Amino acid sequence: MPYIMKYILLIFMSAVIIAAWIVEPPQSQLGSVSRIFYFHVPAALISVLAFGFALYNSIAYLKTNEIKYDFRSASSVELGLMFCILATVSGAVFAKAAWGAYWNWDPRQTSIFILILIYGAYLALRSALDNEERRASLSAVYAILAFVTVPFLVFIVPRIYPSLHPEDTIVGSGGEMQLTGMVAVIFWISMVCFAIMFYWLYSLQSRIELIVRKRLKEI
Amino acid sequence: MVKSISGFTAAAAAVIHKDIVSEFRTRYAFNALIMFSLVTLTVVSIAIGRFNLTADLSAAFLWVMVFFSAVSGLSQSFVKEEETRTIISLQLYAEPLTIFAGKLIFNCILMLFLESIFIPLYFILLPVNCGNLILFLLVIVLGTIGLVGTTTIIAAIVAKSSMKGALFAVLSFPILLPLLVAAIGATETSFSGGSFGAASNDLKLLISYPVIMIVASTFLFEYIWNE
Amino acid sequence: MQVKIVADNIGKSFNGHCIFKDLSFVVEYQEGLIISGANGSGKSTLIKILCGLLSPTKGRIEYHIDNEKVIKEQRRSFIGLVSPEIQLYDELTALENIQFFSKLMGLYYTTSGAKNLLQEFGLRGRGYDRLHSFSSGMKQRFKYIIGLLKEPPILFLDEPLSNLDKQGQLIVDKVCHRQLEQGILVIATNDDRDLKYGEKHIRLHGGSSRGDT
Repeated sequence: MPYIMKYILLIFMSAVIIAAWIVEPPQSQLGSVSRIFYFHVPAALISVLAFGFALYNSIAYLKTNEIKYDFRSASSVELGLMFCILATVSGAVFAKAAWGAYWNWDPRQTSIFILILIYGAYLALRSALDNEERRASLSAVYAILAFVTVPFLVFIVPRIYPSLHPEDTIVGSGGEMQLTGMVAVIFWISMVCFAIMFYWLYSLQSRIELIVRKRLKEI
Repeated sequence: MVKSISGFTAAAAAVIHKDIVSEFRTRYAFNALIMFSLVTLTVVSIAIGRFNLTADLSAAFLWVMVFFSAVSGLSQSFVKEEETRTIISLQLYAEPLTIFAGKLIFNCILMLFLESIFIPLYFILLPVNCGNLILFLLVIVLGTIGLVGTTTIIAAIVAKSSMKGALFAVLSFPILLPLLVAAIGATETSFSGGSFGAASNDLKLLISYPVIMIVASTFLFEYIWNE
Repeated sequence: MQVKIVADNIGKSFNGHCIFKDLSFVVEYQEGLIISGANGSGKSTLIKILCGLLSPTKGRIEYHIDNEKVIKEQRRSFIGLVSPEIQLYDELTALENIQFFSKLMGLYYTTSGAKNLLQEFGLRGRGYDRLHSFSSGMKQRFKYIIGLLKEPPILFLDEPLSNLDKQGQLIVDKVCHRQLEQGILVIATNDDRDLKYGEKHIRLHGGSSRGDT
């Protein structure tokens, strides 16, 4: 991560935070409540990106047996879970304000909740395995299996549990909302900022794991 | 490498035969499965038997009980090999895929046998009417195949870890949720007497999900088997 | 079949803790290899790596048949292993165990053939008994039957004489001599009586030290 990127990130992230409060809200009916859109949606999308990274690193581990891919895979899952929880909590707060209840098993709430369960299970599996190589290969297999379910969660769960809410109030899906003008600009800058922040945390985390392992070996 | 299809089937059949004989003599998994399902059935029927259940609630109860019972016993096929350390001989002399196929089919047989006892009791103890029996039986068979097809590889993973029983439930349930939702939906349709067409969406999921999981498992199983 | 095992610079560590490293050797057809070393020096681990149950952290193992390299997936058709870590099915009878493993290996099974094997290893008349009624010495003999079922060109023995009486030791002696004529014999042992089966000798010192050959 180049040094200058951190400053760019600082400037743009601050700009997004300020702009999110001054520009008109993304959804006129809901008003200011919908400003959460600028942070909630990127968090959710980045979490899926992180789980994609975990899938990629798991396949790379099984192909090469290099332990660094295992650490990267674990780091991506941890970060993915963090973003997942941020998205769930911000979504619940928004749901309370917009629909009157924190939780109502809306399709997207359901699928994100199952994602948290699946990847939480991944971390539980890791802590139950003490042999390093065994942990690496078994958790890689589970990470791949877990990602196989993702299309089902995205396509099937929304169909089975039809949404209780009219289409035009659904904020946080990206698709149904018209992204125009300033709203689009702020949203995409926020998206890029989240992505850079994820990558920064991801490379830091993976490096820390490798250093800790090296230290342990020296002792 | 598998030498031939017939060699593969013979070896997989040997695994199934061995597991059935061994299970018959030790009842390693079956006792846990049957007792767990009977206990949950008793609890559920005492707790809610007095009320008139709607079709969706009865379907949900049925599958929740089946899934929980399955999770209490299905990991045993691999856990037992690991605990008695016979797994080394299998790793040494068997093609990984023959073991996977054998265990998968054995688990299916075990679950269907369990259900042949459990489901009649379910109809006796709970006030449930089944409108479309053929659809219901189809859903049971498909749901069982899906359940086993998804959890067999997880049983193989869990067998190598230090806290086998609890971990099996933790790893299995989230992955099983889409299947559970579809099985409940299709069962509800069958209870309320709906046609095959009415359940077609659920049936599609009940077929496609296990197929994808089993295909993924056959690719991944070798990585679990050969460390 | 002219078999050969090539170990190239292999090393193994568990959780970053090194057990042995930089081991290189070749075992030729009709040769015996003895692996010795104190408890915990990695004898069994080395045997497991050689027969493919574990993969080495570094380096590689190759099998050659008639000077052709055998791919990893096919190695298991050339090996037999007798080791304290192997367990057979206690709830099955001796004959059922033989039948199961024969089918697993794709071998032709007949009851009379299996009974002959039992007789050869001094277990005559015990074919219909379940394995949990066997004494530890009888189980050790039975492991030889399973390990030798497909007459493997490469035979691995981990502590070959453990639990065996005089008669059992004589049988193992016969097995070892036959194996040295037909293929490769690898023995992990601390028993001086086993040293005569191999000209090549690896001593493992434990820790991260290299083995002498």
